[in-house]
Amino acid sequence: MKIAFTSQGTTPDAPMDPRFGRTAFLLVYDEESGQYEHCDNRQVEGVAHGAAVQTARRLFEMGAQVLVTGNGPGGNAASVLQRSGVQTFIGAGGMTVERAYAAWKSGKLQRFE
Amino acid sequence: MRVAIASGKGGTGKTTVSVNLADLLARHRPVVLADLDVEEPNSGLFVQAETVHEEAVHRMVPSWVADQCTFCGVCQEVCQFNALIETGSEVMVFRELCHSCYACSELCPVEALPMTPMKIGDLSHRRSGSLDLVQGCLDIGQEQAVPLIAHTLDYLGARFSKDTLILCDAPPGTACSMIEAVKDADFVLLVTEPTPFGLHDLKLAVETVRGLGRPCAVVINRHGLGNADVEAYCRQEGIPVAARLPHSREAAQCYARGQLIHPHVPEVAAQLEAVAGFIQRIEQEGAA
Repeated sequence: MKIAFTSQGTTPDAPMDPRFGRTAFLLVYDEESGQYEHCDNRQVEGVAHGAAVQTARRLFEMGAQVLVTGNGPGGNAASVLQRSGVQTFIGAGGMTVERAYAAWKSGKLQRFE
Repeated sequence: MRVAIASGKGGTGKTTVSVNLADLLARHRPVVLADLDVEEPNSGLFVQAETVHEEAVHRMVPSWVADQCTFCGVCQEVCQFNALIETGSEVMVFRELCHSCYACSELCPVEALPMTPMKIGDLSHRRSGSLDLVQGCLDIGQEQAVPLIAHTLDYLGARFSKDTLILCDAPPGTACSMIEAVKDADFVLLVTEPTPFGLHDLKLAVETVRGLGRPCAVVINRHGLGNADVEAYCRQEGIPVAARLPHSREAAQCYARGQLIHPHVPEVAAQLEAVAGFIQRIEQEGAA
């Protein structure tokens, strides 16, 4: 399973970014290999509209099946994520990526539907 | 001649000046009042008129044809507005993000994104004596005012000759919708109030109008309120002040009742006559 996190940095000890569309980075943990890979999403800073759609495209390119984030995606992003089959979990905004992974693994995060 | 009545700050009196000036001018000559503040058009509230024409206004957006699509990804690559995304099993179109540029539709190799009309609002044309009122009204939930403003301007261009005087009540601010309403005007009247906030936004509006290469003048509304900084700024920048409408309780009462102000408040009527004279001089200069 590949799990994507919205994060403020590129390492597992980085704080989560509570935003989806305008997250600074996407950090993807591959449970099989135990490796993290990241994608720099900061170019959405200059995007006036549709940032979440752009972020969703990067997420799909990274091949994650699960998304862990903070506040929960807005309208456009929510419909894209639902239709794409990516399972979204929210409420990890105040954690580090590692802690968010542990919280998700132990079923403590809320499913966003 | 087309005169745009704009402002930086909202609530300075664009509609007050537009409807009263149009009514005053229409007593002597044909005038068109165009309400281009399509997100909240309210000029019509002050004018009782007969309907001449009504139409629904559409803009073109792509619609996805599932059977045709090969998921090649071209559409989402070329879209500059993030209005399309492939989710793996479908292409989702966000119509409110689409700017109707046709890139996805034209570049789709299998014609899976034909452009189709989407209703965005209505245009109405009403007439009362020698005053024509043309108004665009954006549908609730629509986010883009520019296509409806552009359509309303096209209607004006097709319906009225170049020497007809058209007063355009523009949207507030200095964003795309204001620019659309102002960019081809022959002259811009900037309505402001003599307050620090009024001056701040007036400066932005002047910068915008100058960037568009349009000549402008200022109308100070609620004169007597605030301070003299707007006057000083206009002097320093060489911008003519066409009129100073007094800060008047009676004027506010008329407006609140949905009445025209100039028949009831002579001081306002005198200042609007000054604006009318100012516009006539510009027309004569333009014709000469």
